[in-house]
Amino acid sequence: MSKALPPVSGTVYGTLLNYKGELDALGDAVNRPPYQAPPRGPIMYIKPVNTIIGYGKPIPLPEDVQELSMGAALGIVIGKTATRVNESEALDYIAGYTVVNDVSIPHSSVYRPAIKQKIRDGFCPVGPCVIERDAVDNPDDLTVRVKINGDVRQENTTKHLIRPAAKLIADVTDFMTLSAGNILLVGVPENAPLAKAGDRVRIEIDGVGCVENTVVREDELKRGKKQ
Amino acid sequence: MKTARVAYLGAIHHATEADGRLKLDDGRLVGEDDVVWLPPVEPKTVFALGLNYSDHAKELTFKAPEEPLVFLKGPNTFIGHRAETRRPADATNMHYECELVAVIGRKARNVKREDAYDYVAGYTVANDYAIRDYLENYYRPNLRVKNRDTCTPIGPWFVDAEDIADPMKLGLKTYVNGQLTQEGTTQDMIFSIPFLIEYLSGFMTLNEGDMILTGTPKGTVNTVVGDEVATEIEGIGRLVNTIAGDDAFNISK
Repeated sequence: MSKALPPVSGTVYGTLLNYKGELDALGDAVNRPPYQAPPRGPIMYIKPVNTIIGYGKPIPLPEDVQELSMGAALGIVIGKTATRVNESEALDYIAGYTVVNDVSIPHSSVYRPAIKQKIRDGFCPVGPCVIERDAVDNPDDLTVRVKINGDVRQENTTKHLIRPAAKLIADVTDFMTLSAGNILLVGVPENAPLAKAGDRVRIEIDGVGCVENTVVREDELKRGKKQ
Repeated sequence: MKTARVAYLGAIHHATEADGRLKLDDGRLVGEDDVVWLPPVEPKTVFALGLNYSDHAKELTFKAPEEPLVFLKGPNTFIGHRAETRRPADATNMHYECELVAVIGRKARNVKREDAYDYVAGYTVANDYAIRDYLENYYRPNLRVKNRDTCTPIGPWFVDAEDIADPMKLGLKTYVNGQLTQEGTTQDMIFSIPFLIEYLSGFMTLNEGDMILTGTPKGTVNTVVGDEVATEIEGIGRLVNTIAGDDAFNISK
């Protein structure tokens, strides 16, 4: 497998519960403790720099974990400073798109920030390149696919976003500035497939590209066997 | 040594304290009011702790957590000393949080508690404002509450670790318009700085320049437009901030 540096120069922000199916999967639980009410604002998290890896680099599987959840996410690459942007102008702030695997240790509760589950080293493969904005007709109509060892394990589409790209940018920049080089993940579809040690995982987004990485046990990486 | 990052006459400088004045890295001596104070450390990965003082957890009617409640902040939220923080017109409860910040000095992975201070470069003060109106119970506290533009003043000084004998024995105080409203000590942290470095580096790599905002004690009260909020930590610094309304940010809703 060839390797590439990730095309990232800033913070990567993720969005939780932005696929209709992902919210539906919570069902009536959204009205019960600890959630108490359905979400109103966009639910955001940060994938910090230690999580970012490029195409072809191994995804470390922590020693106490058997399987990781593979989160197929369209990454919106911001092109210029965006503060309190109107939905009608939001797409102008996009430089392009990339493919992101938002890796997590599976967790059912979304009450507290999932730091331990989402920000381990190597938990955010990105790339291999950025596709220019105008090369993508409609970011809200892209097929997203997860393949594990060549088998299609998930297929969904960004048609199912609760906040489509422009609405998401508008709602997020209402309270926080996005800067050139930041990546905003539109969300991860429900039922993210699980991968175990040795699995070759490929996230594909039609018209944008694919990012492929293999899950490797952390202790093997430490011994330098598969670097 | 204490160092600041400031803008003066069109350029960014490092500065040290010299008899109540600032000595810029090019040797010029200038008044503290003559510069624009920037965050003393450029933010990279920034962690913040929720409910890390048992008296504050109680004040918010939460049980003290058994594991650190950690969330992250992006670079957009930070501003320097003597800056303005926006209070949106629809906010009804916006409170300050005086916090000791530990700045990581070198790459850290699987560090033991007893070695943790070897990885700390120094300390500063942050005011981790929260607008409780925007709290929701998903990845709580979420970025809409804790990562708003201008909502995390930090500074004024970066203080070298070697100058602080025991960071776990420092008094914290907050004054609103000169009135003491919050008082505590870092001794009351539930999870100490060495514990937090062991905890975080136990599952991820910390890098030079990463920061940990270690939480706030009880005494958080609502602040309104025009309030001057000074968050102070013994031996580290006194960080001043002013609450401004939507008009100051050219926002009309």
